[in-house]
Amino acid sequence: MSKNNSFLNRLFMALVFIFLYAPIFLLIIFSFNAGKSNAVWQGFSLEWYGKLLNNRLIMQSVYTTLLVSLLATVIATIAGTFAAIGFFAMRRKVREPLMTVNNIPMMNADIVTGVSLCLLFVAFFNGWGSFAAWFNSLGLFHLPTRLTMGFGTLLIAHITFNIPYVILSVGPKLRQMDKNLVDAAMDLGCTWMQAFWKVILPEIKPGIVSGALTAFTMSIDDFVISYFTAGSSASTLAMTIYGMTKKRVSPEINAISTLLFVTVLVLLAIINIREARQERLRQTRLS
Amino acid sequence: MSKELIRLRDVCMAFDDELVLDHLNLYFNDKEFLTLLGPSGCGKTTTLRIIGGFATPTSGDVLFDGVRINDVPPYKRQINTVFQKYALFPHLNVFENIAFGLRMQKRPDPNDPTGKRMVKIPEEEIRERVMEMLEVISLKGFEHRKPDALSGGQQQRVAIARALVNRPKVLLLDEPLAALDLKLRKDMQIELKRIQQQVGITFIYVTHDQEEALTMSDTIVVMDKGTIQQIGTPEDIYNEPKNAFVADFIGESNIIDGVMLRDKCVKMYGREFPCLDGGFAENEPVDVVIRPEDIDIVPVEQGQLVGTVTNVTFKGMQYDIIVDFKGFKWLIQTTDHSPVGSRIGIKIDPDGIHIMKKSQYSGMFGDYSSFSEEYDELDDASLAPDEEESGDEE
Repeated sequence: MSKNNSFLNRLFMALVFIFLYAPIFLLIIFSFNAGKSNAVWQGFSLEWYGKLLNNRLIMQSVYTTLLVSLLATVIATIAGTFAAIGFFAMRRKVREPLMTVNNIPMMNADIVTGVSLCLLFVAFFNGWGSFAAWFNSLGLFHLPTRLTMGFGTLLIAHITFNIPYVILSVGPKLRQMDKNLVDAAMDLGCTWMQAFWKVILPEIKPGIVSGALTAFTMSIDDFVISYFTAGSSASTLAMTIYGMTKKRVSPEINAISTLLFVTVLVLLAIINIREARQERLRQTRLS
Repeated sequence: MSKELIRLRDVCMAFDDELVLDHLNLYFNDKEFLTLLGPSGCGKTTTLRIIGGFATPTSGDVLFDGVRINDVPPYKRQINTVFQKYALFPHLNVFENIAFGLRMQKRPDPNDPTGKRMVKIPEEEIRERVMEMLEVISLKGFEHRKPDALSGGQQQRVAIARALVNRPKVLLLDEPLAALDLKLRKDMQIELKRIQQQVGITFIYVTHDQEEALTMSDTIVVMDKGTIQQIGTPEDIYNEPKNAFVADFIGESNIIDGVMLRDKCVKMYGREFPCLDGGFAENEPVDVVIRPEDIDIVPVEQGQLVGTVTNVTFKGMQYDIIVDFKGFKWLIQTTDHSPVGSRIGIKIDPDGIHIMKKSQYSGMFGDYSSFSEEYDELDDASLAPDEEESGDEE
């Protein structure tokens, strides 16, 4: 009876994993296929990886993706860290509703975030157009009247959806920190800012790094929000891949998707290993 | 007589309409060991935080050497603090923890004739002073350890060294021994007193442990509900408590309703007892304090009062026995064993009786009917120090 059960359990597990990972494995395998087919194996080759390097469109979007991810990560990490400290200093009655508000964008469907950001940008640009026309009529200096979505809006969107992840990652480190540490630093001659650099920052650094890694991971593989906020002048890797599938399915897509998958996988592995190690460290410190 | 160093003048503190300190007036002398003693939530930690500069009083003044320092931030005060649970910097080793304050300091450049240029303390001097402190706390050879590789007692001593190395005029200690076990606590009490005498500065110590206060202090300030109940030497506080709260909080006390018939004569249980106190109105109702160790057990026929033993606890040095006198239960400490249920007489010498004026605390303490529960409560109090007081809601 129990043996039967355990067999069914294993079968179920196997099916779950097959459904989850089979498509990805197929993708990875065919990225090394010598021929153009996505169905017939024609021998091992790195041809498609080589072609990637010569594809200007793809290389341009890799550059855009890395740049927007890095910038968004740095800015969101700084903003998120200070926001987390601000939350931490609040009374519980104020902090808890605000934390809920902070968490909503993470659960929210990407498409809603994307469309709403897009609407916001369009509305702002309209308002800006009228303002700039009026300002230019004063004749002081010339402002552009027509703003369009592009790298700037893409970056703002990425910063926006990254900040909650940083706050969520830094917050617990602040709560674990001995509340008296800051008092102790100030008691020993630090101003608040010095106490932040010398005491708070080293204590919450693991949380900041985890937050930054999470933010970078979120940025690098984001598609939906980027799609709605990048306009026509900027294109991230995910957007380029999507664009390529519309024309014809080239095995180059397999190759670039494999690279993206591996990158994200490595990042996630780093985040998880770090967290496990910190948890162990914390346990030994407590005991 | 040493000179006054810090004064709190009419200090009030309120958190969300809740008055934590109620018009506190208190001064601290140079080089004295003063203890703020009271139960959780009595305002002692808040008082300490005001002196340290971590909290600003709602009203009233804080004076240091006669200068108002209400708005002076902690890092500009010649005061250092030893925090509850040590608050050592986990990412720095023992040496760097102790050196932290010195590295922050700047002082006038001795080579600059105008005396305006400020320089950091040179590395050799930092090294010298840190090593000197490690000697004082007997932790030489530990300078490269991280705090989490030290025992509780060692961390405690590093915290003290980290504060003292700055040569403050005042050291504030917020329940520094609360997290240590009993044996270590007793050793550290003696150690702290020794360090205080060695460095010769003012220690302001906060605790809810009356025994700690009696052991170490030159002066004890007993607080409750944000007001001072009594200030005095340990002997004064123990022998001459001002009201039922102090009598109950410091040591064990039987507190009995009495009437002061005239000077040196008090009536309890319908009997006159000679005592040493005077200055009360004729027939004034009073609280009478009798310490458990000041009661002699005598044969029934010789007793001033006669009661029944209801409980006996062996304490090593003595027996704690609970005796019922007409429904009011007394605690008596005696070396003689009296079995439960036996009738005994007691005799109290005039100097064993202390008379107090009636106060808001009259009738709340001093009856041992709920003997065991009271002990449980005491244990709870020591498990949960003032955490809530300095917690989130501040």
